[in-house]
Amino acid sequence: MPVLEKGDTQIWRRRTQGQALTHWAAWLIGTAVFVYCWQQISEATTWFFVWDAPRIAGDIWTRATPPRWEYIAQLGRPIWDTLNIATLGTLMALVMAVPVAFLAARNTTPSKLFIRPVALLIIVSTRSINSLIWALLLIAIIGPGVFAGVIAIAIRSIGFCAKLLYEAIEEIDHAQVEAITATGASRWQVMAYGIVPQILPAFAGIAVFRWDINIRESTVLGLVGAGGIGLQLQSSLNVLAWPQVSLILLVILAFVVLSEWVSAKVRGAII
Amino acid sequence: MLRLEGLTKTYKTGDQALKDIDLEVPKGQVMALIGPSGAGKSTLIRCINRLVEPTSGKVLLDGTDIARLPSGPLRRARREMGMIFQEYALVERLTVMENVLSGRLGYVGFWRSFTRRYQQADVDEAFRLLDRVGLLAMADKRADELSGGQRQRVGICRALIQNPKLLLVDEPTASLDPKTSRQIMRLICELCAERGLAAIINIHDVALAQRFVSRVVGLRLGEIAFDGAPDGLTPEVLTSIYGEEDWEATIEKVDDPEEDIEAAE
Repeated sequence: MPVLEKGDTQIWRRRTQGQALTHWAAWLIGTAVFVYCWQQISEATTWFFVWDAPRIAGDIWTRATPPRWEYIAQLGRPIWDTLNIATLGTLMALVMAVPVAFLAARNTTPSKLFIRPVALLIIVSTRSINSLIWALLLIAIIGPGVFAGVIAIAIRSIGFCAKLLYEAIEEIDHAQVEAITATGASRWQVMAYGIVPQILPAFAGIAVFRWDINIRESTVLGLVGAGGIGLQLQSSLNVLAWPQVSLILLVILAFVVLSEWVSAKVRGAII
Repeated sequence: MLRLEGLTKTYKTGDQALKDIDLEVPKGQVMALIGPSGAGKSTLIRCINRLVEPTSGKVLLDGTDIARLPSGPLRRARREMGMIFQEYALVERLTVMENVLSGRLGYVGFWRSFTRRYQQADVDEAFRLLDRVGLLAMADKRADELSGGQRQRVGICRALIQNPKLLLVDEPTASLDPKTSRQIMRLICELCAERGLAAIINIHDVALAQRFVSRVVGLRLGEIAFDGAPDGLTPEVLTSIYGEEDWEATIEKVDDPEEDIEAAE
């Protein structure tokens, strides 16, 4: 009770005494944990390497500049592969995410008890494993190359898209669904008329957003052999060809900036 | 035509929204359902077309018990009952025409409706209805571009294109200004008279109900507290429905000389 009676004046406070005390204790514990962790990390660090870091970084910088501009002729194809991995992967993910989202949303799932948990499991399991790990697994199964990259991106994106989409489905205006149901429409008609128009903007936003993320993710897939520009990065790093590495990083940067610009434009046009 | 027998609805929370309601609405009668918030007006209307499942009792429409129908026949029964909503409940991102035609969903197959290939007769009827409510020029506008009164007219068209026997009207004027409210109520009652439709109109505005309908039913805590002509709404009756209040101003007969020019001709 935040109001204290003192004589005949009522003193109003934000917290009761007990709440204030727990608040204070929480801060104390938080600070203690931070200090303790700092100490642990400090003990486990070889400080010689850390003090040495600026010199090494400077050394790599001098080796990496200027970038080897003529190498760009060999990067066209890998960049194209990267774009394809991201785009095809996103499309495949969307195709699979839509039914999963409808099965997972509380207001559209056929069975809250049996089907919804399965859909949620699909969402959680695909989301929680990084696309690099998916790629590693898939390379073992279907061999290295662009296709493994596409599948890795697709699987990783299902959970993300389905989660955002089912949240959008759960937030729709129920009155519109009621109105369509009241006309005697079938289950599928209610979906097509009452639900889909309401989630279409969200769907478009999610698709573009995920495509944008996938562009960035697909640039590193090559590190494990799943195609794209990461493959070039990996081979350049292996032979310590720093001027090539710096060029690749510049190209990736430009590529990502471009994709963000495109997705911002598209999102602006839809919403 | 519509008869409710012992209609009861108990929500999962244990709230008894309707207690053993018996009610008969003959063909062509426009009836107002009044009562305080939480009296069960919305539940009653939604139990009739089973947007809410009644717990027990019968809902007889021309002798068929809607409360017992499996989903296929239920959908066919819903086509006979047009519904008009408080916040219009139009699909905001579809056009006016699509919203009106969605009233035909019970009659067309999925692919036809999905690809918007409605029968020419339906399209003609949609244009005729839009013309009747004065919105012909708006047919291609998106529903969220319309004003409140215009949206409610689209809602009315959507209900009427079902070619129903009965209109279920849930607070049609609650989000409209007083003038538009009157226009909408007048329009609904005129259309019911033209087509010989029965209607149940949930309404908060007692004075508005008295102006337009021929029968008033008062609901209080899920039970019928009054059933009779609008003239019968004396202060004592209103007190029995709503509780103690000064009712003289509410039931005062207001004859407004101003004829609404905009009221749909």
